[in-house]
Amino acid sequence: MEQAETAHWSDEVHAVLREHQVRQVTYVPDAGHRELINACAEDGQMASVPLTTEEEGIALLAGAWLGGQRGVLLMQSSGVGNCVNMLSLARTCQFPLLMLVTMRGQWGEFNPWQVPMGQATPEVLRATGTMVFEVAQAAEIGETVNAAARMVFNGPASAAVLISQRVLGAKTFGR
Amino acid sequence: MLSSQSTQYPLRRREVVARLLADRGDLLVVTGLGAPAWDATAAGDHPLSFPLWGAMGGAAMIGLGLALAQPARRVLVVTGDGEMLMGLGALATIALQAPKNLTVVVLDNERYGETGMQATHTAGPADLAAIAVGCGFPVAADVFDQAGLEEALPRIRNEAGPLFFDIKVRVEDLPLVLPPKDGAHLKGRFRAALLGPDAGP
Repeated sequence: MEQAETAHWSDEVHAVLREHQVRQVTYVPDAGHRELINACAEDGQMASVPLTTEEEGIALLAGAWLGGQRGVLLMQSSGVGNCVNMLSLARTCQFPLLMLVTMRGQWGEFNPWQVPMGQATPEVLRATGTMVFEVAQAAEIGETVNAAARMVFNGPASAAVLISQRVLGAKTFGR
Repeated sequence: MLSSQSTQYPLRRREVVARLLADRGDLLVVTGLGAPAWDATAAGDHPLSFPLWGAMGGAAMIGLGLALAQPARRVLVVTGDGEMLMGLGALATIALQAPKNLTVVVLDNERYGETGMQATHTAGPADLAAIAVGCGFPVAADVFDQAGLEEALPRIRNEAGPLFFDIKVRVEDLPLVLPPKDGAHLKGRFRAALLGPDAGP
């Protein structure tokens, strides 16, 4: 049941990204993004660019925009911490930057090492001039990504959609 | 043990960059912050150059995004050893994508030039071309002298990439030649020159 629901929001988000003509999908993998990463990888109109660290994605998408393409960065909330200085690139040059962030360290987190960055994620993003859209219901993810993408590409602006751990299910490592 | 050899290297960065950008045609250029941006500007400010004033560690990745978006155009990233060292993972990310139209050139003076000429890791044991090879670049080479540069120049423009060249250049204190500083302006003029006047911001 939970699997079917996860696949559903990913399909909707993939359709929204297509609608917004997103051509470069870049990510550090996260379990919460698995289905979306797979859907984008199978889409012949989207290039998939796995990263070694999330800040690479901000620079990649700046280059994509210079070349006339739109993109999206998928990551886990811990990755937001890796991005902080590079967010200045999007802000200073007014590059459109759309980020979809699956949250850790938030709703029933098992691993305390995830908590500091997870709790700081919305504040860190806002402090760097990024619009934050928090979503806690699977049914609202697609429309939220659509709203964020409209503001990002019409801006240009930086925005992050934070997908609650409540939607994704807390990782328990079997405990 | 740090090398002090770079005070003796024969190649001079401004002359190297002038050659890299001579008769540039429709070449798309991204330069890393600091000296590489000043070198490229000394060779002639150009709307199809995107000089960074920050975003340290991001130059090669901007080049990758641009190369993927514009597969028919040659993209040249010109950056420094300190900037490249900050974003080494980019070399693995680029090699995985293997864009045929991307060349990354590092002007390697083995120093952090903007902060007091402190030694970088390439003054010690770090070997950027070897790292690029290890990441999977099909072509990665060092350039030490004029003969090496003459051999590299046509490859940088024409050979199927991704290509990586580490050009060892002399430590020099050169006059600043600054590009425009307004990032939104640099972005807008680049897009207009590449995509046409209606490209938007």
